Amino acid sequence: MSIEAQTLHRETFILNLGPQHPATHGVLRIKLTLDGEYIEDAEPVIGYGHRMHEKMGENRTYAKFLPNTGRMDYVAAMFNTHGYVCAVERLAGITVPERAEFIRVITAELNRVASHLLWVGAFLIDLGGFTPLLYTFDDREQILDLLEAVTGARLTFCYYRFGGVCNDIDDDFIAGTRKFIAHLRSRMPMYHALITKNIIFRRRCEGIGPISAENCRKYGATGPVIRGSGVAYDVRKAEPYSIYPRLDFNVPVYGQGDCMARYLVRMDEIVESLRIVEQALDRLPGGPVMAEKVPRILKPPKGDCYFNVESARGSFGVRVVSDGTDKAYRMKLRSPCFSNLSLFQECSRGMLLADALALLGTLDLVIPDIDR
Amino acid sequence: MWNYLKEIFSGGYSLLVGMWITLRHTFRRPVTVQYPYESLKMPARYRGHIQLVFDAATGQPKCVACMACARACPSNCISLEGHKPEGATRRVVSKYTLDFTSCSLCGLCVESCSFDALEFSKDYNLAATKKDEYVMDLMKQAQGKQEK
Repeated sequence: MSIEAQTLHRETFILNLGPQHPATHGVLRIKLTLDGEYIEDAEPVIGYGHRMHEKMGENRTYAKFLPNTGRMDYVAAMFNTHGYVCAVERLAGITVPERAEFIRVITAELNRVASHLLWVGAFLIDLGGFTPLLYTFDDREQILDLLEAVTGARLTFCYYRFGGVCNDIDDDFIAGTRKFIAHLRSRMPMYHALITKNIIFRRRCEGIGPISAENCRKYGATGPVIRGSGVAYDVRKAEPYSIYPRLDFNVPVYGQGDCMARYLVRMDEIVESLRIVEQALDRLPGGPVMAEKVPRILKPPKGDCYFNVESARGSFGVRVVSDGTDKAYRMKLRSPCFSNLSLFQECSRGMLLADALALLGTLDLVIPDIDR
Repeated sequence: MWNYLKEIFSGGYSLLVGMWITLRHTFRRPVTVQYPYESLKMPARYRGHIQLVFDAATGQPKCVACMACARACPSNCISLEGHKPEGATRRVVSKYTLDFTSCSLCGLCVESCSFDALEFSKDYNLAATKKDEYVMDLMKQAQGKQEK
């Protein structure tokens, strides 16, 4: 190396990715320090969508917080409501009728499939492929139609209540869901032929953006991110809740830790979720969908409760501290996206900018869920 | 060298497969509707904004102005007044205003009503040019509908 090259001043520059950028899927800003095309540092700047959900949970009655839960992770709104109602039910000692538990699992798993389908489409757009989005949205729309007929809304469902669900499912929903399961199963080979086997997609994903299991543990990443790094951690298996222990399903795990592994985990999860829905529909018992004698103004006894559910993006936790009044003393919401984003700074170091966007895509971030 | 060629051929083939799938989809019927000209029917449980339910026998709103909906609302967007006419057995509603700008369509008001006096509207074409248009006088709206 010549003396001139050795003393040459290495120049880095700062690039703002976001807050309005198609690849950040919302108002996420990443301050990138770039050395040419290579990332030296990536600092996520969050908080643009902060709406004080935790504080809102502390200054309104328990029931009035229900609509808020659907507005944090609006792509998979069922899980947030599920975590919240389960935490309050445990605190107040409410037993949920069996039929309601089955309906909760059916709707939540359908929501997981819808969320993963949206992710596949949006991730492919990040990588530059537009067409698959149209196919995944076609399928996702059918789930939203099914859920809309039951819950009355397409995204912010607000369907679960303390002690059950607000509406019973009807025969149309059951028949429609069975038809949809058969339909989506027949579409999966098409997705694999179109996306998984595509050479451009493979080159953009295989070996790109590796996340080690250790990094996942360090930053608390959960969901498909940690399962793509070879750790079989799933709240539905690790801390079983609702009727999951009675259902037969696998937890897909891939050990490579790259973008492809996380993609494959999600594709397999769609199939597993369909299996869960099918089993739950087969075993759906009769009976009421709401527990009896749930007071209109709920006043759980003094106590502290943390409840974890497996959301589409990872482990979503709710901690509710009750002081015996009709409002929570403390409400803590643990969002999976926040932890999943935290590892980005360390894992993207030294990567090419375009590859880092693929890594960012596979974290499956929903920004309002990070900001809350 | 052999692997290099093999990769080119298998990669090229995977692209052709993708194009074939896209080509097949080109001839499928569209799943969307042409919105302003066609529109979808909302399902029975669709949560639009609320409206008052009228008693078919008396032609009066079923609402007795018990304020349960206003208390259940997380965004405090319902305000109503009621009075008890002389000789009547129950209160009647005289003014019912919904501030739709802050309504989050959660449906807790309809659920809290013990008199089945509230229902969801199926109207979703709610664009307006002024903020005032979203402060809805439900009494007026319902009467207008009845006259139609």
